[in-house]
Amino acid sequence: MAIAARDFRELRLDEMSRNFGFVNALKGVNLTVRRGEFIALLGPSGCGKSTALNCLAGLLNLSGGSVWLDNTRIDQLKPEARGFGMVFQNYALFPHMSVRKNIGFGLAMQGRSKADIQRKVDEALAIVRLGDQAEKLPGQLSGGQQQRVAIARAIVIEPPLVLMDEPLSNLDAKLRLEMRAEIRRIHELIGSATIYVTHDQEEALSLADRIVVMRAGEVRQVGTPEDLYVRPAHPDVAEFMGYRNQIRSHATKAGNLLSINVGGVGLHGTPIDNAADGAIVAAIRPDDLKITSGGPLAVTVESAQYHGNEFYCSGRATDGAELYFRSETKIQKGDTVRLMADPSRVLVYAETPS
Amino acid sequence: MATQALGQQKSAGERLWAIAIWALVIFFVVNFVAMIATVVVNSFGTRWLGTWLPAGYTTRWYGAAWQEFQLDDVLIVTFQVVGAVVLLSGLLGVPAAYALARRNFPGKQLVILLFLLPMLIPPITFGIPLATVLYQSHLGGNISGVILANMVPTVPFVVLVMIPFVEQIDPRIEAAARVFGAGTGRLFLHVLLPLLAPGILAALLLVLVRTIAMFELTFFTAGPGSQTLVVALYYAVYAAGVRAGQSIDAMAVVYMVTTLVWLLIALRFVDPTQIVTRAKSGSAAE
Amino acid sequence: MTGRPLSEPDERLPLRARLALHEIDGVTLLVVPAVLFVIGLFVYPFIYGFILSFQPKAGGWLANYQKFFSVPFLYDTIAATLWLAVPATLINVLISIPIAMHVRRMNRRRILTTILVIPITLGTVLIAEGLLNYLGPQGWLNRTLMLFGFGQVRLVHNYTGVMLSLILSGFPFAFLLTLSYITGIDPSLEQAASTLGAKPMARFRHILMPLLAQGLAINLCLSFVQTFSVFPSAVLLGAPAGATRVISIAAYQAAYEQYDYSMASAIAMIMGFAQLLVVALILSARSFVYRGAVSGGKG
Repeated sequence: MAIAARDFRELRLDEMSRNFGFVNALKGVNLTVRRGEFIALLGPSGCGKSTALNCLAGLLNLSGGSVWLDNTRIDQLKPEARGFGMVFQNYALFPHMSVRKNIGFGLAMQGRSKADIQRKVDEALAIVRLGDQAEKLPGQLSGGQQQRVAIARAIVIEPPLVLMDEPLSNLDAKLRLEMRAEIRRIHELIGSATIYVTHDQEEALSLADRIVVMRAGEVRQVGTPEDLYVRPAHPDVAEFMGYRNQIRSHATKAGNLLSINVGGVGLHGTPIDNAADGAIVAAIRPDDLKITSGGPLAVTVESAQYHGNEFYCSGRATDGAELYFRSETKIQKGDTVRLMADPSRVLVYAETPS
Repeated sequence: MATQALGQQKSAGERLWAIAIWALVIFFVVNFVAMIATVVVNSFGTRWLGTWLPAGYTTRWYGAAWQEFQLDDVLIVTFQVVGAVVLLSGLLGVPAAYALARRNFPGKQLVILLFLLPMLIPPITFGIPLATVLYQSHLGGNISGVILANMVPTVPFVVLVMIPFVEQIDPRIEAAARVFGAGTGRLFLHVLLPLLAPGILAALLLVLVRTIAMFELTFFTAGPGSQTLVVALYYAVYAAGVRAGQSIDAMAVVYMVTTLVWLLIALRFVDPTQIVTRAKSGSAAE
Repeated sequence: MTGRPLSEPDERLPLRARLALHEIDGVTLLVVPAVLFVIGLFVYPFIYGFILSFQPKAGGWLANYQKFFSVPFLYDTIAATLWLAVPATLINVLISIPIAMHVRRMNRRRILTTILVIPITLGTVLIAEGLLNYLGPQGWLNRTLMLFGFGQVRLVHNYTGVMLSLILSGFPFAFLLTLSYITGIDPSLEQAASTLGAKPMARFRHILMPLLAQGLAINLCLSFVQTFSVFPSAVLLGAPAGATRVISIAAYQAAYEQYDYSMASAIAMIMGFAQLLVVALILSARSFVYRGAVSGGKG
């Protein structure tokens, strides 16, 4: 009688929209989530990811669109009727109840028997490895422990869907790494679908089966972590995924590639979307701009920050463009280095307002 | 999100409940406003017996009340008392608040308790012994006694209201001022006072409003020449059988206008709830 | 240097430095004037009154208290006062709860709170005078009742009038206090409860009430203390020789009509003690309820 998520086939968001007065926080979000998937909603502050999560939970009403769980429309239901588990950013543990009572609250609301509740809570405590803290009050626990109570409370009701709102943002770096692994482990153990909101692309990359990148209320790209890392669909997605170099320039066709003018030099890059001759944006990861003695691009170093096994550097090309790159050896401000980038790692986008 | 009701699909039951709540609130407000309106209307009425509204309107009752109750003297006394109470409470209370906010000395909890007590214990309970002592010291029955008595709840009030304001000022600002050569006098004048000004203003306005309406303490300690407006009003109502109701209501209107004018001024600087919740913040210090 | 406990003060430090270790310096002394004032004009009169109460005009040291508890005209005042104060407090505080729960989500609360501050500011004397007009036999309220076919109701110079004035002046206070407690409860707690299946009543019962309980106890204490010391309305609007002869009237009469300051102090002490008893009762019930922070964790 282990804790296992309820069965369902898919959760479908159909043109989900939400306005706050004149502000469109969500503009027609479409998404299908399958059972067992771990979905990350990724984006900067204000992109609408938390709004989307709260709409899914029922804590906010939709201004437009609908949400379907298999063939049942659920967006008209109140939160207490949806049966989704939710982990809040500030954990929202009931301060006047013990850990055990906190976790068992959802089961008590379902009217389960005391024995039932006891058993399930014990299982949940075992899953999050907090068995010996059961009688403590939330105020007596550390941040990481409170986190785990919040997770246990959400999963013990065996929901088809677990919603997590930036649950790790209040933890220190080390704890965050540990809890990341825990969250993934628990997700696989109980087999529910998880929708996880975060602004940290590293977190999204390591946890998710699929990532939904959002910006200004819209979905910019949905894909696996590799998709997003290797081939972001838009310049803003690329920038969010760490393609720090965003070069505005002109391109001319060069066979299957495009030749773009960077720092007074022609670099070859791979066109994404409809990039062709004309105004473009080229995105390059700093680690893909390699220092090579014969490289085409001459750059004057402006800063080099020590990061252990490499230096994070910035420099200026002859046309004044600022570029970010890495160096394994120590270089100084004022040095001149020559950079090159593999065309498959220079992503060229059409410069159109999209 | 805090202002969003959880899912706005209201059931019939919830809608009914909301209507009931609002009906109750509106009932309360309507009755209260009507009560005030009765007083105002009556003060302008010529005769009002057995009808919905007075037979006619006049302003002569105000002149009559002014004479009869010597309102000019009473108003002067009221403002003298209130002014003195406000000033002295500020002079005693603000430095005390500063000391309590900045220093953690042995016995601090006791001192805070000492300041809480006069605010929690109602004026009547300590007013009678206080009046007795004042009369014994020959301060009772005149304006100094009234001022001293009214200061008993207001000095602690100023202290308790000002402590959070002082705590809000980063002590490092004071340290910086000293590092740059300011002595205590200049520190106070150029750094602390400007930063504390809004808090002091708020606290003193609240004291002002509360003292105008403070009945029991003045009642127990005032003599014939040292009655504040609210006490004079009480005596007028008490002897109402002898006097015309309209002139009493005229006096009541003068009282209301006096109080509400200062309330409106105070509300520009202060949230309404602060007039009430200072006692709570003292005891909820957990 | 070795073997010397760190907490031992160095006797060779000058007095000033030693005091500074305990945070006593010039700044600390700023608190002295206010402290002296409160001691002189609050603590001392209280103690003075306490001692005075044991020095009656005639009889042994307990004569005042014996007299109070043997003369019905006197000890009945406690019952009369409680009969007014307890229902008024309960009504004011309990009704404030559903209203505060509803109002907390309003965006323009400030209009309502401003209106409600006015009765508190105007004070009990003005409210008494206003009610004498409004609730009088020819006042608007009775007129409205008669209009709808109900008979005239006697609302002044009796218990009802005083009760209504206690509600009029006491409810805003209780309400504003409750509102400030309710808005202090982290809203995400209710959200969490709802995602776990709790309907509104369940949320109220399991989340709001327990967290509100500590604030409610304080509210009950403060409101009770206020209503128990009812005075001008009991005289002006009530029946001071009869049903609304409250204990403050007895104290007043002893002091200003009989000039028996000893007895007056005794009655004031009894009054204070009665309030203390009820407050202690309420607060001891509080210890069975949660008393800590009302937010849901870090963040």
